[in-house]
Amino acid sequence: MTVTAQDVRDELAEFLRERRPDILRAWSEANVLSHVDPADTEQESAELLAGVVQAIRDGAEGDSGHEGFSAARSVLGTVVSGSRDGARPDLAALKPPLLRLWTEHRRSAGPDGLTEHAVDGAVALSTAVDTLRAVLLELEVDAGLETIRAQREQLTELSTPVIKLWDGVLAIPLIGTLDSMRSQAATENLLEQIVAQQARVAILDITGVPAVDTMVAQHLLKTAMAARLMGAECIISGIRPQIAQTMVQLGIDLGEVATRATLADALGYALRTTGMAVVSDQHS
Amino acid sequence: MSATAVIELDGVLLVTIQGELTDQDAIALQHDLTTQVASVGARGVLIDISALEIVDSFLARTLHDIAGSTSLLAAETVVVGMRPEVAITLVELGLTLPGLRTALSVADGLALFGGSIAAPSEGA
Repeated sequence: MTVTAQDVRDELAEFLRERRPDILRAWSEANVLSHVDPADTEQESAELLAGVVQAIRDGAEGDSGHEGFSAARSVLGTVVSGSRDGARPDLAALKPPLLRLWTEHRRSAGPDGLTEHAVDGAVALSTAVDTLRAVLLELEVDAGLETIRAQREQLTELSTPVIKLWDGVLAIPLIGTLDSMRSQAATENLLEQIVAQQARVAILDITGVPAVDTMVAQHLLKTAMAARLMGAECIISGIRPQIAQTMVQLGIDLGEVATRATLADALGYALRTTGMAVVSDQHS
Repeated sequence: MSATAVIELDGVLLVTIQGELTDQDAIALQHDLTTQVASVGARGVLIDISALEIVDSFLARTLHDIAGSTSLLAAETVVVGMRPEVAITLVELGLTLPGLRTALSVADGLALFGGSIAAPSEGA
């Protein structure tokens, strides 16, 4: 009698159905889903197993997109979202009890129970558990990417407030490392505000920028040039002594762009440029 | 040249560009402006480009050339109202137009001429 792959699958499915209580008990003992509500553990293990049975019956135990794994996906999704502290379940622990039970099952089938047939079955079971692990990993990566995307968006929003310091004087405090996306958003924002508020002076404050490399300098220059083309003047302020030294060593030349050490100095310069003066009130 | 209007205002030529300029329009504008500056004896040229959504490298160079030729005729050219996206594009193209004077609005641009006249008389 030749044994076909389908026979192996049928037998596996039969075995999984028959030994379901044993498997579920073994999985509960393996304590894989322990951090989920213990009351749900039984239910969740059962859903994982049901998914495995369905996938194996269809011969798709290696396909993480198979519908058998979609129930498992939602179970594992709650596991991922419940494990924000970084502890993650090791689904590999599901494998040994499953294989042990399968071996017992085959051995009890008769003297020729442990044949190639049994090996095929073990491979399929092993693959199914591996796929569960892959599904978990996918979910974790997705969740991580989602978090990164949301935080990047927040960063972009946070980093580019344009502040009106005086009539016709704007300031944009640049904070943190400037990548090209953030610096572009900052530039566009500033230029739009220059038009909206008819500002004649714009102060780029880089106090919060940890390091100035050639790219950041290039960006600052471009912003200043664009502002000049629109008829506004740019001042770069908040250049710390170390940064000034680095910029000289890098050979960065800011050209005609006015630079000041502090935002206060820049504001003073901006007020003078716009024909304003701050005077002391004490003589009155 | 239907897209541009030139008004003379107290010795300043106020040029408003109202639609997109073709290369021919730009060349014609340069020619007309230079001629008018000479015939009127204008002390300044104010070019309002706030209606322009696209400024290509040719037009940018023409603006630069206009500024150069009018300054030879003792009239300063100020470009006013450049849009942010236009400014960014020009800078990305490397066309920073050094030497070209700019202002935010027509009022600001006119103030520049007022200032440059007042300054020597104050000093004198």
